[in-house]
Amino acid sequence: MNAVLLAIDWASLLEKLILIVVIVSVSLVIAMYETYAERKLAGFIQDRLGPSRAGPFGILQPLADGLKLFMKEEIIPNTSNKFLFILGPCLAMMTAMMTSAVIPWGGSLHIGNRIVSLQVADINIGILYIFGVVSLGVYGIMIGGWASNNKFSLIAALRGASQMISYELAMGLALIALLMLTGSLSMKTIVQQQMDRGVWNVVYQPLGFLIFIVCAFAECNRTPFDLPEAENELNFGYHQEYSSMKLGFYLFAEYINMFISSAVMATLFFGGYDIPFFNEAAHMATWGPTIVGLLGALALFIKIAFFIFLFIWVRWTIPRFRYDQLMNLGWKKLIPLALINMVITGALLLWLKK
Amino acid sequence: MEALTNRVKVVERKPITFLESLYLWNIMKGMIITFRHIFKKKATIKYPEQKRPFSPVFRGLHILNRDEEGRERCTACGLCAVACPAEAITMEAAERKAGEENLYREEKYAARYEINMLRCIFCGLCEEACPKDAIYLTETFAPANFQRQTFIYGKPDLLIPHPKEEPELYAKAAGGRVKRN
Repeated sequence: MNAVLLAIDWASLLEKLILIVVIVSVSLVIAMYETYAERKLAGFIQDRLGPSRAGPFGILQPLADGLKLFMKEEIIPNTSNKFLFILGPCLAMMTAMMTSAVIPWGGSLHIGNRIVSLQVADINIGILYIFGVVSLGVYGIMIGGWASNNKFSLIAALRGASQMISYELAMGLALIALLMLTGSLSMKTIVQQQMDRGVWNVVYQPLGFLIFIVCAFAECNRTPFDLPEAENELNFGYHQEYSSMKLGFYLFAEYINMFISSAVMATLFFGGYDIPFFNEAAHMATWGPTIVGLLGALALFIKIAFFIFLFIWVRWTIPRFRYDQLMNLGWKKLIPLALINMVITGALLLWLKK
Repeated sequence: MEALTNRVKVVERKPITFLESLYLWNIMKGMIITFRHIFKKKATIKYPEQKRPFSPVFRGLHILNRDEEGRERCTACGLCAVACPAEAITMEAAERKAGEENLYREEKYAARYEINMLRCIFCGLCEEACPKDAIYLTETFAPANFQRQTFIYGKPDLLIPHPKEEPELYAKAAGGRVKRN
């Protein structure tokens, strides 16, 4: 027994545990303030102030919203499938947070004589893992729609699920062209290559980035692709029957998904924790690697903030797609475009290697 | 078919090109418009710190007037109660006693005068019906409250401050507006 206890590397287990707790709480807090940012930005775009009463400038508004959701009555409809009803939002939330495990949040910190890398799991199939987990997110919506025992929710959930799987294809194809450039699926390697090269992947793959960002909008069920949760069509969609914290979980899972998609886009195409016009190696010698690592994490968060701003900006500009236009775009326009992108990238790579 | 006027403007209906069907440029133009709106002046008025100005004929809360010497004008004639379409006004008359000449103008006065603000529709017919210029609709909103009883405004809520005995309150209630007559 003692031999088993001694054989476990407690220090590294503790380190990973602390990292996980920090990342999960940071994503929850960021998702909370994303709701605030969305309402404020929506107000500013519409020539009005957003929430400005709860605390100075309305900063405490997400806390008020959270408290409101907790205080509401938990309704589980009698005719629904109770186990699945509760499982739906849990799945949505779980898959939203599982993706945060493979994203490199910064360089490495040197604490004492330990090197702590700011990434929970540096697996060498990082991108494939992200895709797998995002596909699991479809289950959250489908189960929510089915368990409600409600025709409208079911139709909305079907639309949501079909939209998500169609756009996952285009996303994967757009990434294949990127993988031809990088040659590795591990996220850390991709960021490292962008740092060493000095040029971000978006310069090499602009069309791939465009396809990826459109598919990211569709994956997060975000306008203009938000038909599954539209308020005026389909009676508020697949989360119609949910009240209180289960609804809170669905809405929160959408915001966490937004945050993680922004993080993935920033990592794959915009250099992750790379600070532009900043010589990392030289500054590591003067300031120490911990500070440079933390600055890298800050740079990543600034990029994520920009992408979240983009998500919100697009939402309040463009009207919603109709369902057939959505499917048209996904299958007939984006997939051929992604394939053409792949062919062009492959051809250019072969020609340049010669 | 021949054109009916000579001001016909021909509309070009070309089929949409491939680049136009991507909508990217149009989306970008729309996004620039919304971006500019972020920096424009906001139309919100932060009530209650800022208040919107009202016109002098705005029909808000009722008040019972006094004349220049401070005597109550209302004689409980009941014309406002009859005129009210929502039956919000109720009153009880009383006779003026010997020593109360400085309190009331005429021999009959309202001992109890109540307006139910939940019934009132703020139409102003009572103000038009009053022969003594006693009731008047001011520019204040009706404030919110938690209980039904507090919405029945009695004489202490409605009567304006005495101009001779409480001049500061009277000036504050007049709000700086100059009386015409």
